[in-house]
Amino acid sequence: MSILRPDTAAELAEIIQSADGPFAVQGGRTRHQPGSGTPLSTAGLSGIHLYEPGALTIVAGAGTPVAEIEAALAAEGQMLPFEPMDHRALLGTSGTPTIGGAVAMNVSGPRRIYAGACRDSLIGVKFVDGSGDLIKSGGRVMKNVTGYDLVKLLAGSRGTLGVLTEVSFKVLPRPDSSATICFDGLSVEQAIAVMSTGLTSPYQVTGAAHLPGDAPQTILRLEGFEASVVERADALVRGLAPFGIGRIERDMDQVWADLRDARAFADSDGDVWRISVRPSVAPKVAESLAAADLLFDWGGGLIWARTAKGFDVRDALAGIVGHATLVRADKATFDALGSVPAEVAPLATLASGLRKEFDPRGLLNAGYMG
Amino acid sequence: MEMPAANPAILARQSRVVARLAEVLPAEAVISDPAETRAYECDALTAYRCPPMAVVLPGSTEEVSAALKICHEEGVPVVPRGSGTSLAGGALPTADSVILGVSRLTEVLEVDYADRIIKVQTGRTNLSVTGAVEDHDFFYAPDPSSQLACAIAGNIAMNSGGAHCLKYGVTTNNLLGVTMVQMDGTIVEIGGAHLDASGYDWLGLICGSEGQLGVVTEATLRILRKPEGARPVLIGFDSSEVAGACVSDIIKSGILPVAIEFMDRPCIRACEAHAHAGYPDCEALLIVEVEGSANEIRDQLELIVGIAKAHNPVEVREAGDADEAARIWLGRKSAFGAMGQINDYMCLDGTIPVSSLPTVLRRIGEMSKEFGLDVANVFHAGDGNMHPLILFDANKPGDLETCEAFGAEILKLCVEVGGCLTGEHGVGIEKRDLMDVQFDAADLEAQMRVKDVFDPNWLLNPAKVFPLSISAGRRGEIDAAA
Repeated sequence: MSILRPDTAAELAEIIQSADGPFAVQGGRTRHQPGSGTPLSTAGLSGIHLYEPGALTIVAGAGTPVAEIEAALAAEGQMLPFEPMDHRALLGTSGTPTIGGAVAMNVSGPRRIYAGACRDSLIGVKFVDGSGDLIKSGGRVMKNVTGYDLVKLLAGSRGTLGVLTEVSFKVLPRPDSSATICFDGLSVEQAIAVMSTGLTSPYQVTGAAHLPGDAPQTILRLEGFEASVVERADALVRGLAPFGIGRIERDMDQVWADLRDARAFADSDGDVWRISVRPSVAPKVAESLAAADLLFDWGGGLIWARTAKGFDVRDALAGIVGHATLVRADKATFDALGSVPAEVAPLATLASGLRKEFDPRGLLNAGYMG
Repeated sequence: MEMPAANPAILARQSRVVARLAEVLPAEAVISDPAETRAYECDALTAYRCPPMAVVLPGSTEEVSAALKICHEEGVPVVPRGSGTSLAGGALPTADSVILGVSRLTEVLEVDYADRIIKVQTGRTNLSVTGAVEDHDFFYAPDPSSQLACAIAGNIAMNSGGAHCLKYGVTTNNLLGVTMVQMDGTIVEIGGAHLDASGYDWLGLICGSEGQLGVVTEATLRILRKPEGARPVLIGFDSSEVAGACVSDIIKSGILPVAIEFMDRPCIRACEAHAHAGYPDCEALLIVEVEGSANEIRDQLELIVGIAKAHNPVEVREAGDADEAARIWLGRKSAFGAMGQINDYMCLDGTIPVSSLPTVLRRIGEMSKEFGLDVANVFHAGDGNMHPLILFDANKPGDLETCEAFGAEILKLCVEVGGCLTGEHGVGIEKRDLMDVQFDAADLEAQMRVKDVFDPNWLLNPAKVFPLSISAGRRGEIDAAA
C-alpha cells in the first residue's frame, strides 16, 4: 500500500478532508502499528521551527526525528527533560523515532520520576482533526492556561483525535555530571524501600530503578553540577546506610539508556507489558506476576513485565489500582487484549464522545483507543 | 464585559429548585436568602457582582452529585466556587445560577510519604495541604499568591501556578487523580496515586477547564520533600532590557533557579514605600532564588552573581541569612498590597517569550502614556509570566473602562509577540472576549466540542472562557433543557 506523506499541514488537512477510508497514522514506524487503513506518515512535517535556549523552549514539526531535536538541544547544553524511550531494540523495528510519535504515545523514560512525563514538558500542539480542521492549543510559552488544555489531551491520544503537525516543549539544562548509587542483591521489597527513601530525600534523585535477575541491582541517579553531585551522592549513601553500603558509580549512562529502552527484553520471546502503579504495591505486582521477568523503574511505579505469549497481565493484576499497556505481542494478542486497557463507564462514554467530536468519520487509528 | 441576561423561566422556578435542593442537602447547606447569597456575588474580580439565585455547600461527593442532578433536571446553570479568589471572575454568578461551593469539603483523606502523595477534599486551601505534611518536611509545590485562602478545587479549575513553578511546574504537573462529578450527577474517578493516564489524559483536560467540565471534589496530589535550604539574591539594573538579558543568560548557563522575579521602577517604588524592604531605586530589579545544601546554594549564587556582574548591575545583594532573605522577599510579596494602597488596580497575567521582554515593557510604557493610567510590572521572569498592574480609580466615571481597554491592548501585545492571554489566572470573564485574539474559530470550536461531550446542555459555568457571541447557540440549549 502506498504511503501518504504530506509535506505541509495544509496538505495533510486536504488529504483528511477528501478521505473516503481510514488511515493508519504513523511517525517513524518504530512502534506497534494497530489496525488497518492507508498509512499516513508525518515524516514530511519535519524540522525545528524555533529554538530559544534562553527561554528553554523548542518548537518542531511532528515528523522531526527525536535524535535531531536532542542533538540541537545538546549543542546548547540542554535536553528534553522526559528522556524519551527508543522502542527499536525492544520491538525489533528499524524506523526513526519522531517527536510526534513520542507525544502521541506520551513516551517517557527514567527521568519522568523527577522531571515529569512527555505531557508535562509539552507546551503546545498543532494538529489536524478527523474533519480536516487545523487546530492549535497551547503555544511556545511555558505558562499558559488560556482555554482548555488540548495539549494534554493530544499527548498519549495515539493519533485517534488528530494528526499532530507541530509540537512545542519546555526543555531543561543538560546536567554536566551524574552519579549512580548502586545496591546489590536486594529483594523487591527492600529495593522499593531503598528507592522510596532516596526519592523522599532532599537530594533530587532523577532516576530510581531495580533490575532483578541473578544479580539484582538497585540504582539511584543524581544529576547536576559536579560538586553538587559529589556532595549529594555522599549524603545519599549516608542516608541509605540502614539498607547497606551503596556503591557510587560513574559512567552509568548506558545502564540508564538500556533501562529506558527496556533493552533487557530485546531479542527474546514473550509479550512485554508496561505497568503503572503506586510504588508501594510493586511487591504485590511482583508476586502476582511470579512467572514473568520484571524491571522496576520510577521507584517501583513503572514495572516492565515480560510474560508468556498471550498472558493477560490485566487479569492477573485485577484489584490493583493502576494500568497495564501491552507494548509487544503478536497480532492475535493485540486483537484479543488491546494495547491500552478499555475505558470503563463513565469514562468510556466520554472517550467515545470525544472521538465522535474530533473524528466523526472514524478515520484516525480506529480501534486503537477502544 | 457583559454577562448573559438572567433567564426568567429559570428565575420563576427558584422556589421549586431551592425546595428540591433542601431535600437532598442539610438545611444549612442551602442558602437562598438574598442577605446571605450576597456574600457570593463576586470573587476577587470585584468590579463585577451579581448575587446568585441560590448557594449550595455540599459536604460530600454524594451531596455534590445529588445537587448537580437536580440542577441538571431543572435546567439551572451551576457556577462552581472554591474560595472565591479568582482574579478572572471564574466564580462570578448570574442571577439565574446556583453557586456550588466546596468550602465544607476540607478533609485530608490520605497521606503516604513513601509514595509521595496526599489525597484531599478540594475545599481545602492550598497552604493547608502543605500544612498537613510539613511536619515531615514535605510540601505541595504550586504556590499561587493567594495560597493562604485559595482552594485546591479552584487551583485545579484554573491550573494555578505560582512563583516557584519554573522548577516545580504548575497544578497540572502535580495532580495525580481526581474524583469529579459531572453536571448530570455522574461521579467519575480518574487516575490515583500512580503516574500517567492509561489512555486519554483526562486529568490534563480537566485541569484548567475552569469548572466547565465537572466539579472536582477530591484530588490526589504529588508532594515533595523540602529542599535543604533556599536563598535569594537581589540584583538591580538601570534598564529593563539589561535585566531581561541577564535572565536569559542565567537560564542558558545551566542553572535552574526555583524562581526569577522581576519588578520595574514603578513597582519597586510602590513596594519600597509600603514595605520598606530596602530596595535600591533603579529601573529593574531581579530576585533570583536557588535551592539546595549550603554549598550548592553558595556555588549557584556565585555563578548567578558572576553572570549578573557582566551586565553592570547597580546593586547585587546576597542574602547572608534567613532574615536578609525574608527582607529581599518582603517587597515582592507585598507588591499587590502596595499597589492597592495607591489606588484600585487590575492585575493582568499574560505570558510572553522571555526574549520579548524588553519590547513588551517598552510598549507597555508607551501605552501607559496613551491611556493616561500608570502601570507597574511585577512578574515571574523565568517563565515569561507577566503581571502588569494597571492603576485606576473605581470611583472616577470611565476609569474602569479605560483600564480594561488598556489591559486588552497589553494582552493583545502578549499574543502578538508569541505569548498568551493568561499564564496562571485563567480566562474567566476577564479575558473571555479576547479569546479570538489568540485562537482561530476552529481552535475555539474544538474546545467547545470538548464541553459538548462533558456537559451537553452547557449548564456548568456556561458564560465563561468563550466569547458569548460564539457560545450563544450552545448556551441557548439551556432553555430547551428546561
